[in-house]
Amino acid sequence: MRLRLVPAETNYDFFKLRYVTMGASVVAMIVSIVLWLTVGLNFGIDFRGGTTIRSEAVQPVDVAAYRQAVDALQLGDVAISQVFDPTFADDQNVSMIRIQAQDGQESVTGTVIAEMEAALKAVDPSLKFTSVESVGPKVSGELIRTAVIAVAAAMAAILFYIWLRFEWQFSVGAVVALFHDVILTIGIFSLLQIRFDLATIAAILTIVGYSINDTVVIFDRLRENLRKFKTTPLQEVMNMSVNETLSRTLMTSGTTLLALIALLFLGGDVIRGFVFAITWGVIVGTYSSVYVAKNVVLFLGVKRDWSKPDGGSGGGGAGTQFANIDA
Amino acid sequence: MLQIAAWKRFTIWAVCLMGLLLAFPNGFYSRVEMHNDAVAEIEALGSTPEREEAAALWPSFLPSSLVNLGLDLRGGAHLLAEVQVADVYVERMDGYWLGVRDALVAIRDDVGFVERVEDAPEGELHVRISQAEGLPAALTAVRALAQPVASLTGVGATDISVSGRGNTIIVSLSPEEKAATDNRTIQQSLEIIRRRVDEVGTREPTIQRQGSDRILIQVPGIGSAEELKALIGTTARLTFHPVIQQTSNAEAVPGPGEILVQDLDDSSLYYILERTAVVTGDDLVDAQPGFDQNGLPSVTFRFNPSGARVFGRYTTENTGAPFAIVLDNQVITAPRINEPITGGSGQITGNFTVDSSTQLAVLLRAGALPAEMTFLEERTIGPDLGEDSIRAGRIAALIAFAAVLVFMALSYGLFGIFANLALLLNVALLFGLLSLLGATLTLPGIAGIVLTIGMAVDANVLVFERIREELKTAKGPSRAIELGYEKALSAIIDANITTFMTAMILFALGSGPVKGFAVTLMIGIVTSVFTAIFVTRLIVVMWFERKRPRTIEV
Repeated sequence: MRLRLVPAETNYDFFKLRYVTMGASVVAMIVSIVLWLTVGLNFGIDFRGGTTIRSEAVQPVDVAAYRQAVDALQLGDVAISQVFDPTFADDQNVSMIRIQAQDGQESVTGTVIAEMEAALKAVDPSLKFTSVESVGPKVSGELIRTAVIAVAAAMAAILFYIWLRFEWQFSVGAVVALFHDVILTIGIFSLLQIRFDLATIAAILTIVGYSINDTVVIFDRLRENLRKFKTTPLQEVMNMSVNETLSRTLMTSGTTLLALIALLFLGGDVIRGFVFAITWGVIVGTYSSVYVAKNVVLFLGVKRDWSKPDGGSGGGGAGTQFANIDA
Repeated sequence: MLQIAAWKRFTIWAVCLMGLLLAFPNGFYSRVEMHNDAVAEIEALGSTPEREEAAALWPSFLPSSLVNLGLDLRGGAHLLAEVQVADVYVERMDGYWLGVRDALVAIRDDVGFVERVEDAPEGELHVRISQAEGLPAALTAVRALAQPVASLTGVGATDISVSGRGNTIIVSLSPEEKAATDNRTIQQSLEIIRRRVDEVGTREPTIQRQGSDRILIQVPGIGSAEELKALIGTTARLTFHPVIQQTSNAEAVPGPGEILVQDLDDSSLYYILERTAVVTGDDLVDAQPGFDQNGLPSVTFRFNPSGARVFGRYTTENTGAPFAIVLDNQVITAPRINEPITGGSGQITGNFTVDSSTQLAVLLRAGALPAEMTFLEERTIGPDLGEDSIRAGRIAALIAFAAVLVFMALSYGLFGIFANLALLLNVALLFGLLSLLGATLTLPGIAGIVLTIGMAVDANVLVFERIREELKTAKGPSRAIELGYEKALSAIIDANITTFMTAMILFALGSGPVKGFAVTLMIGIVTSVFTAIFVTRLIVVMWFERKRPRTIEV
């Protein structure tokens, strides 16, 4: 007896709904970008500067009273929120307080933090401050730049490697799929207003790594099948390849998701945003390997006769004639 | 046929055994940590019965390296400081002024009177001469003072660039010298911070240079970033200046070559001092907290021979005059010189408490920071939060692990159990390598391990699925297994190389916790590929040799 996520033999037509899925992907990406530009990301202090204080108390958190205490200090924009988590004990009431970067100060002054802590302790003497983090505006600006460079460098490296190992059409397909995953992740972070910080960038790079892993496995099979079935239309070969690797795709996503969901629920609130991003990325990444990457390759066409040198004009090469077969 | 040479089998098992052995101490974390601390203390401070007892908690023939816990897991403080390297240029220029003056005075007939322009831009020395036509001669004389730059990249360059405009000579440090100076400033700052942090006995600080002018300081176990800042934050530049005048006027304009300095305790009190210090803290060899004749806390210091000579001469010549002891541009005290101090030692009295005198002594002993620092980033993580994170991470990891094991066994039966064995070895190898490299485990790093557990089975899944496919074409079990491994290999390699590349970029550009995540991810990729390609295969082959099944089900 075996647990099977998919039947042993599958022959789904992954292209049947290709306009729907392509359309859905494009719409989702546009919505994500619009959300990003209008609602915006909820940047953590890593990227916007400022201070966050995490407090723990025996008594329940009274956000209004906290706010009153902190507002009296006139520190500008202050955000206070209570944190809930299944891993907390009953008498563990946690809140996060964020203050904006103070004008004209590069470094964060200890006096401001001491004043805040004193004001809050007046509200609830049982308060403990379990973490205090401050980032100056100078560093936060650089961190944004580094983050953008990191994601761009990862994509460029992958573009190059896939081009080296496969064909340029594959590398474009893979990178479009990655781009799709990254944009959708930014979209969901804008939509749900989850804090976006350095760890989120790490998560995005992990998503890039995971998604490419999935895509490469399908491409590898496609490469093999293209050599085996030289005259079968490209679309059919692709479909065959996806079907053959479907079981593996779902198995790996399944085990990874299983592990991530355990972490999402039980790993504590400190890394929840990070784990959420990766979980989301695994789902989107699996979808994009099956539906986005290969559709792009199909659209671009691929060189089919591997024994001859690339003789065609332009990048499409000899394979271009098989592109857009029934479109 | 399925064949693996005996030496290969031996190597594979040896690697696994090594991994297990290296990972083993992490299972007894606190015990091994106590042992390690005790061993270090015995080496540094000598043996005591308690230390010997603590050292005996763990047998010395077993490996004892542990995975380092990051700040986010054990609590502590993190600071990112920017060193104001330009401070040093100003000082260097002040130092040059005397030399330039002497050189120009020697050719007074050509250049006339010489005076320093007070409002010159920072880091530049402007000198005015009264006879503008003497400028070429003056430039030649000043250029003769230039020294070759002492650095590898600045070979052939001189340390100052000299130009003239009208009747003014402009001296500034050359770009090569600035680069060399910056480098020296940072190195010196690193060294001094290290001494200051270690003086008070805090353990295992990480003090690293970042970029051209930044220093990252991480100290586990310290109460807060404020505490750490107090420890390293002050420049502690001690200087002794002749006092010209005492005043209560904050707007008083000091004459040429003089500076206005505030009193440390009485903010309405100011002193006008000579800019050039008689002696500086650089000449100190020792500083200790103590008490003065009235029983008040003070700091006793001792000069090195050259400092003692200069100080002795000055106090002999100026007996009866006041002089000021200045710390970081504030006057601590300005006593009158009662008698010549020729012994080279002295005492600073001021408004000290026992704590502040102890701290000043520590700072003076460690030496002054060459330049001021601004703090760009500071983080404090309480130990409780770290403990909570470890607990939550451990539970989540165990459940994730169990879920994956069950899932694999249900999906692939016996082969799934083989893969599970390999997965267990994989995690052991991962911890073993992390301990061996002394890598730091952070909270995202734990997430990285969980992710690795989920993804590590991927290579096995690829192979098993391939074997299933090959079995369909009815080639017999041994051929199917062989083909399965052979054909899945390219996918495994390509998929893992691309993932590894992103992890490397993460490592190169990330910092702190993110770097820790990248390390676990990279090591996880290496160990999971090793266990999938070598270990599972070896287990499968060994099983196959023994059973010789006619048919297999994957």
